[in-house]
Amino acid sequence: MADTILEVKNLKKYFKTARGTLHAVDDVSFTIERGKTLGIVGESGCGKSTTGRAILRLLEPTSGKVVFDGKDITSLSAAEMRKMRSDMQIIFQDPFSSLDPRKTVSQTIAEPIIENKILKDKKAIEARVKELMETVGLAQRLVNTYPHELDGGRRQRIGIARALAMNPKFIVCDEPVSALDVSIQAQILNLLQDLKEQMGLTFIFITHDLSVVNHFADEIAVMYLGQLIEKAPTEELFDHPIHPYTRALLSAIPIPEVGISRPERILLKGEISSPIDPPDECRFAKRCIYTCDQCHQSCPKLMEVRPGHFVSCHLWKDFLSE
Amino acid sequence: MAENVLELKNLRVKYELEEDTVEAVNGVNIQLKQGETLGLVGETGAGKTTTALSLLRLIDSPPGVMECDKMEICGEDVLGMNESELEHIRGTLVSMIFQDPMTSLNPVFTVGQQIAESLLRHEKVNHEEAWKKAEDMLELVGIPRERAIEYPHQFSGGMKQRVIIAIALACSPKLLIADEPTTALDVTIQAQILHLMRELKEKKNTSVIMITHDLGIVAETCDRVAVMYAGKIIEEGTLDEVFNHTLHPYTEGLFNSLPNIKNRTARLRPIHGLMPDPTDLPEGCAFAPRCNYATEACKKRRPDLVTFTGTHKAACLAYEDKDFHIERGKKNG
Repeated sequence: MADTILEVKNLKKYFKTARGTLHAVDDVSFTIERGKTLGIVGESGCGKSTTGRAILRLLEPTSGKVVFDGKDITSLSAAEMRKMRSDMQIIFQDPFSSLDPRKTVSQTIAEPIIENKILKDKKAIEARVKELMETVGLAQRLVNTYPHELDGGRRQRIGIARALAMNPKFIVCDEPVSALDVSIQAQILNLLQDLKEQMGLTFIFITHDLSVVNHFADEIAVMYLGQLIEKAPTEELFDHPIHPYTRALLSAIPIPEVGISRPERILLKGEISSPIDPPDECRFAKRCIYTCDQCHQSCPKLMEVRPGHFVSCHLWKDFLSE
Repeated sequence: MAENVLELKNLRVKYELEEDTVEAVNGVNIQLKQGETLGLVGETGAGKTTTALSLLRLIDSPPGVMECDKMEICGEDVLGMNESELEHIRGTLVSMIFQDPMTSLNPVFTVGQQIAESLLRHEKVNHEEAWKKAEDMLELVGIPRERAIEYPHQFSGGMKQRVIIAIALACSPKLLIADEPTTALDVTIQAQILHLMRELKEKKNTSVIMITHDLGIVAETCDRVAVMYAGKIIEEGTLDEVFNHTLHPYTEGLFNSLPNIKNRTARLRPIHGLMPDPTDLPEGCAFAPRCNYATEACKKRRPDLVTFTGTHKAACLAYEDKDFHIERGKKNG
């Protein structure tokens, strides 16, 4: 029996703007099993970060339900939600702007422990900070340094230590390695992988870098203009992508090898269209090379076309065999 | 035999700050033939952008101090030029595409005006001709000519980068320096821009220096590649030489750090430690503190870039032992 830790049902997040309603997240549903990693990929503006934040109620969802560990957290009061957050943490993208410049490493890591009254004894807090620094591979001598003295990789380790301070079950990683150089990126990815295995963590891993999710995620959800358009186990998605957008996205990854036969690149025309009051048609229709009349008449629904493989495309049958 | 478009010998750039001196570039040599694309690869702080800015003589002084034995673009000695001569070659001989399309356009002029500006400055054209050519350039980069009267904020990131490419290529430069031209863009847009650059390059036979940290982009767009570390080129060669017969331990480390798309569960093998502080470079090889193969000699002497086979060069002392090879080297024979 599947052990579901998180269920997201018809999640919507709209923003009112002067030009109309911006559909940042538009009716997104999925589940994650305990101990698994779901990668959410898509291009800037597709709503992947907003989805991550709406799940944690860092942004209040417009409608929809988020069930975490059997509890509907969308109906919790602010005080109850505060308690809940110790189980649900987030690691942000930019280690340069997500840390308080006036707090030392130890103060930053201790803050959630003190704030949530997990530990009260000063010695115990110190010991816990020391332990967390060890877990994420920060040298003890850095305990009194400030963020500006540290490089991006170390700063991201502080962000991770801080998220771990509450012993969470679930962490949203929002582009945790995009700001880092490849050699440092690999160090952080390995650290996250180890933590996941040691602590049985469940991750949502938000990124635009497909080779990173390919390495890291058990399942991948592809978003386009606020909607989830395809979701499948990682290998299935890479080997048998169905949605024309997913296929274009996969073909666009530059492969760092020479002398191999490259898959034919599908060049998309145009760019992502406006998420403000989108018409009732397939959101991808304007850039799609396969559109038919139906694509402009209604927005396709997400359905399971193979075991565990969901896709929203009117023409999915045409792409299934390939 | 094509003449070299770029001859750069022993480029050194320092930034002299109040307390420290940052040694940003420490003896870089580059030769580039007409129509050739060189990938300049390295991590943050390797000196890639400083090298590029030096070629346009855009290093601010103070605090920057640029020294160089030879810098010739299409046979013209750039080192001896005064400011007005430099103004003239920027755009006609050498042009640059910057990383961030969001901040490199002027928000108060239309894109048409910004393309026409360089034409008016460098070519004997009147306003009407310049405007028409600006519209042509827009079309060339895949933007409808009617949009010439629009302002940068009316364009998306990918479109802005197209405008910047149009500006850079308006006066048909011989050498184009692209500094991480697609880093700020999404992958599907990146694919469009790289495709466009490749097309234009072939059409105009421009030589390109492609600065990037993405080895995938190098594999797809370049003829040759130079890997930089701590202000030096530590390995250089054709794509086949560097990718399939890697010599330098740092280059190997870069490859090992990348997630492998075919073997997705393989554990990444990052390079341990960090890039050295450019104000305090180690006495020996700059990579020695992070290198798994480092010997005592590596800590004391700085290696020179030497030719191994063909056009393949590397700067690594470990090869003084004739039997030495890196792991990746073993795999590739």
